[in-house]
Amino acid sequence: MSFPIEQIRQMFPVLHQEVHGKPLIYFDNAATTQKPQSVINSLEGYYLHDNANIHRGAHALADRATRYFEDTRETVQKFLNAKESAEIIFTKGTTESINLVAYTFGRKFIQTGDEIIISTLEHHSNIVPWQMLCEEKGAILKVIPINDAGEIIYEEFEKLLSPKTKLVSVVHASNALGTINPVKKIIYSAHAVGAKVLLDGAQSTSHLEIDVQDLDCDFMALSAHKLYGPTGLGVLYGKREVLEAMPPFQGGGEMIKEVTFEKTTYNEIPFKFEAGTPNIGDVIAFKYAIDFINETSKSAIKEHEEGLLSYANELLGSIKGFIPVGTAKEKVSVLSFNINGMHPFDVGVMLDAKGIAVRTGHHCTQPLMKRLGLEGTVRASFAVYNSKSEIEKLAEGVAQIARIKNK
Amino acid sequence: MSSIQEVQEEIISEFEILGDDKESTIFYIMELGGNLESFPENERVEENIIKGCQSKVWLVADSKDGKVHYQADSNTDITKGLISLLIRVLNDRTPQEIISAELDFIHKIGMGGIIGSQRSNGLAAMIKQMKLYALALQAKQSV
Repeated sequence: MSFPIEQIRQMFPVLHQEVHGKPLIYFDNAATTQKPQSVINSLEGYYLHDNANIHRGAHALADRATRYFEDTRETVQKFLNAKESAEIIFTKGTTESINLVAYTFGRKFIQTGDEIIISTLEHHSNIVPWQMLCEEKGAILKVIPINDAGEIIYEEFEKLLSPKTKLVSVVHASNALGTINPVKKIIYSAHAVGAKVLLDGAQSTSHLEIDVQDLDCDFMALSAHKLYGPTGLGVLYGKREVLEAMPPFQGGGEMIKEVTFEKTTYNEIPFKFEAGTPNIGDVIAFKYAIDFINETSKSAIKEHEEGLLSYANELLGSIKGFIPVGTAKEKVSVLSFNINGMHPFDVGVMLDAKGIAVRTGHHCTQPLMKRLGLEGTVRASFAVYNSKSEIEKLAEGVAQIARIKNK
Repeated sequence: MSSIQEVQEEIISEFEILGDDKESTIFYIMELGGNLESFPENERVEENIIKGCQSKVWLVADSKDGKVHYQADSNTDITKGLISLLIRVLNDRTPQEIISAELDFIHKIGMGGIIGSQRSNGLAAMIKQMKLYALALQAKQSV
């Protein structure tokens, strides 16, 4: 069966507009994806009919809102194939999920002289929380190097592992280059030295089938807005025994069992980590985003996006002056590139004038750009609703722009 | 020599000819960058980089016959074009003229919509630095 691209495009109202007098081509999906009508309807419906604070409310609306909220937790559990829904914690996003682990697991289990391993591919949000923790604890941050294609050098990772390694925190799929890391191997080797593993799933979860039990990761962080869901919402998956051993993140309502002025006992997971009124409306709407992915099917999405990426590589690859950045064998649908003699900002602005939305710059991965000897790249990232004809427009646009400096 | 206001009006009418077509406007701005006099290599140093610009912008100024002479460069072609417009309006004028200049051409040619809000902040940082140089030279002259 062919991929129902037209039908899918109809589900995303934002795509049907012109910018600068040209039809919008949205290729900034690694930054955030657009939202299907079902997600928008849910947001509206929640505030029109169901708004109430969840848990503990003794009235119909509170009961309804609680039920819908917890439905999403179960949907996320199934989406990641977690063992139980209590292992799903709602956060503000991937960044907060990683910070939660740094502040709780990190504060309790990482001591002076311990080591944390990250990779050269990391987004700043998987670098800075660990630097802060290392500074506070006198721990050491080690970095897995990469080759020129943008793949981690696995043998170097193995050399970094030792009984001092307490945590390995790596990106599942690179936001800047698209590289998919061999995470299953990484997790296996890290566990062999007794280290826990956190996967930054911000980019991978919308493209790849995820099974946290099969991967055996201890944590996975992700963002709803990169999964066709609302902004300001993310998830931290953690194994029950690890989450239970961790102290709470923030203090407040919801996360307590009993409070007296002498002592407070904490609630069970996941509530222990969800202090305060959560982002109820967005959590409820997030279910519809995951339903959309499930109904379209991850494998069909992956096949469609792989088709777009290889078509883009083929068309853009033949343009004089086109320089691909990140040529890993295993990639999600991210095409990072430069044009010989041109600054990525200029290329981005000129593509915008053609109605094509891309991202330019360092993509919050400055150490990676430094390793590659680049100031930045132009990044086109493809999603479920992008079409081959849009790739052709991108190729035409890039060819025109490249000609300015590559006659 | 035309006044600051006259030069601004010239620029506004040039951009009016381009109309609403963003592509040709950007292309024109990039071409304007070619008008910049070549930037002295020994001045291409960290101290001369303007803070607050997304792309790198180097700016230096000195005084000739009581007037301020700017030289600038950037690593991006669009920014170079924008700089060349500022220099065209402000170069070789007295510090007082520069300090009191109201640069409304930027708004009138719709620069915000062309370059986006982040780069507009960069442009503002550039103008501020040009005025600061004028202020410093004025202070030096009055000693």
